[in-house]
Amino acid sequence: MAEFNPEKITFKVQRYNPENGGAPHLEKFTVPFNKGMTVLDGLLYIKENIDSTLSFRASCRMGICGSCGMLVNNYPHLACHTQIEEFHSDKLTVRPLPNLSIIKDLVVDLTPMFSSHKQIKPYLIRGEAGMEDPNAEFAQSPQELNTFLQFAYCIKCGICLAACPTSASDRLFLGPQAMAQCYRYCADSRDQGQKERLPLVDTDHGVWRCHLAGACSEACPKGLDPALAIQLLKRQLAAEALGLGKRRPPSPVVPPIKESKPKVPYPDFTVKKEK
Amino acid sequence: MKQTAPRSNYLGVGGWIWAGNYKLERYLYLLHRITGLGMLLFLTFHLTATTVFRIQGQEVWETTMALLSNPWLKAGEYLVAAAFVYHGMNGLRLILQEFGFLLGKPTPPIYPYKDALRKKRLWVVVMMVVIFILALVFLFDFIV
Repeated sequence: MAEFNPEKITFKVQRYNPENGGAPHLEKFTVPFNKGMTVLDGLLYIKENIDSTLSFRASCRMGICGSCGMLVNNYPHLACHTQIEEFHSDKLTVRPLPNLSIIKDLVVDLTPMFSSHKQIKPYLIRGEAGMEDPNAEFAQSPQELNTFLQFAYCIKCGICLAACPTSASDRLFLGPQAMAQCYRYCADSRDQGQKERLPLVDTDHGVWRCHLAGACSEACPKGLDPALAIQLLKRQLAAEALGLGKRRPPSPVVPPIKESKPKVPYPDFTVKKEK
Repeated sequence: MKQTAPRSNYLGVGGWIWAGNYKLERYLYLLHRITGLGMLLFLTFHLTATTVFRIQGQEVWETTMALLSNPWLKAGEYLVAAAFVYHGMNGLRLILQEFGFLLGKPTPPIYPYKDALRKKRLWVVVMMVVIFILALVFLFDFIV
């Protein structure tokens, strides 16, 4: 393949300023290209050198914070995580993520996502023992950890919501992000909150609205699989309704170590003490 | 400071049809909806034709039947048969996968990322081949 090394990249960025009114429109910017440049680098160049009124969210520049989700050439990407070279084109169209309201330019309102995330109780719930006075850790095997570990890597960027066709037409839909987090906590062997959490997703706008388009998992920049999590939640709900499946007791608290191991004796001094 | 409510950017039903450069499954989802609606439409028409037109006597019935033997409507009838095959067989795959079968277990994400649907793409491909063969059989049945 021919090496991709154009001198300049044309960015078409969707602009929308609520205070001026008017419909969102595309604005063209020409940015010099350097090898290894990401979409975010291009946007930062525009903000620094061409138009300082351009608004977008970005923070860590390394795909950890989940701020810079945007639609680049009609596919949701993290701008910092996406090399311009990937597109093999010197024209880029950058738009805000769909299915979320636009605040300004590329900044979207993630409040609906966070409120549904909050709604499914994304924290460990324990029975009587509670979490009030933690004085020891809960036991968990590496196998138990692997059942939910990938879902714990969610950075809440909103890309799955932008990809989901159900989120596009149903505003009450909890969304792949929240339901994947619901699975993450329900599958955690330390958790006892299934009875509280499962009824929240067992609704018309919960897991049963997902029809397995799989776009959320396809687009996820962190390699999570929200589609799989939702199907596993459905499986769990169906198994519970039929009275099937194993019930696991929550993992026990690791008893505090009473006696410490005998200390390794100090080696003898190798230097003779001065008399 | 002037406060302005965020501008809605929901794609709506249009978002089912096109939202970006996605791959196979998202469009199978769309086709599943279209075939479902198409069959519902056909069923409404079919029930109307076989009840309302029928009780109006032999003459009306025969005119309707003559109208329906139009080759274009025959082709439409084949589309309904193909839609039935697709909706049924893809629905079978969806029922299995939605209950967590043919999807595998969650694994830690290792680059390059591959999600469960894409790891088990084979099942989707197998189902599409079955649908294609059945649709061909139905086509043969319509032609002969």
